[in-house]
Amino acid sequence: MHGRIYRIIGRWLGVAGYMVQYGCIAHCTLEFVGDFVVCKGPSMEPTIFSEDVILTEHLSPRFNRISRGDVIIARSPMNPHHHICKRVTGLGGDKVKNGFKTQIVPRGHVWLEGDNKVNSTDSRTFGSVPAGLIRGRAVCRVWPISDLGRLDSFQEWQVDR
Amino acid sequence: MLRAIAVGIPIGITFVDCFGYVAKVEGISMQPALNPESGKSDFVFLSRWSSRSFKYDRGDMVSLISPKDPGQKIIKRIIALEGDIIRTLGYKSRYVRIPEGHCWVEGDHTGHSLDSNFFGPVAVGLITAKASRIVWPPDRWQRLEGELPDERVPLNLLDVAGRSCDIDVHECVESED
Repeated sequence: MHGRIYRIIGRWLGVAGYMVQYGCIAHCTLEFVGDFVVCKGPSMEPTIFSEDVILTEHLSPRFNRISRGDVIIARSPMNPHHHICKRVTGLGGDKVKNGFKTQIVPRGHVWLEGDNKVNSTDSRTFGSVPAGLIRGRAVCRVWPISDLGRLDSFQEWQVDR
Repeated sequence: MLRAIAVGIPIGITFVDCFGYVAKVEGISMQPALNPESGKSDFVFLSRWSSRSFKYDRGDMVSLISPKDPGQKIIKRIIALEGDIIRTLGYKSRYVRIPEGHCWVEGDHTGHSLDSNFFGPVAVGLITAKASRIVWPPDRWQRLEGELPDERVPLNLLDVAGRSCDIDVHECVESED
């Protein structure tokens, strides 16, 4: 009788141990390697539409390998609970146009703009953003399945520049 | 053996990432609370757990990613939260109203600290952990209490306390960055 109870407890402990192990592995992967993000809002149209799911990697922000033209996920400077998805259009030291003014992005900061210039709250509103707020770089779109692959207008944007 | 490592490392990293870790404090910017004698470094426990909801109080000691250099972590004290009006010490405008989602951080060692008086209000999202206690050397083992220096209390709080507040609000400049 006792033996049976011990066996059941042991089995449950074993299951709990596996859950902790795989939970930790999942946490590390999502935190340090990459994760999936559902984008909401119109600010990145026509590159990313609302409700698109994109794959992001967290390695380039960690090693400071962000370049102009990258689409990134960052914590909003206005509210740390929210994340924003924008394109990096200027790095520290670059000159950027903000309306009629030209300003220089300070060191350690980036200039973020949405591709949908008319409907985007970005650096033109809240100024340059510290690079430390960047959480991930968008790699490709995974949903909708029909648009799977590279984020388009990437090259176009660079040529445009 | 290999399996133990493959499982142990993620568990360890997750633990550190969720609960906190011990870090060495360098520099004199937080004297006298930390590193009271130059040359001897304190080790503090940085609690990730208490920073998970981004709720901080004025006076808390926090570690944050430097806004000037994302590869560097700095430890400072939070002086003012969003909406507060602070009298600055050598920033470009004399009074600053802290913008939404930002806070004002300063080192305790006024004049020897690279803090908000130099780079302006910082985004709360840059804060990574809260320093909760000194763990080494053993004779300095203590909790770090959140205390705000009297002369650095934000001006809007002074007003609430019934003391005179003789600044003109129109003089406050909304900081640009």
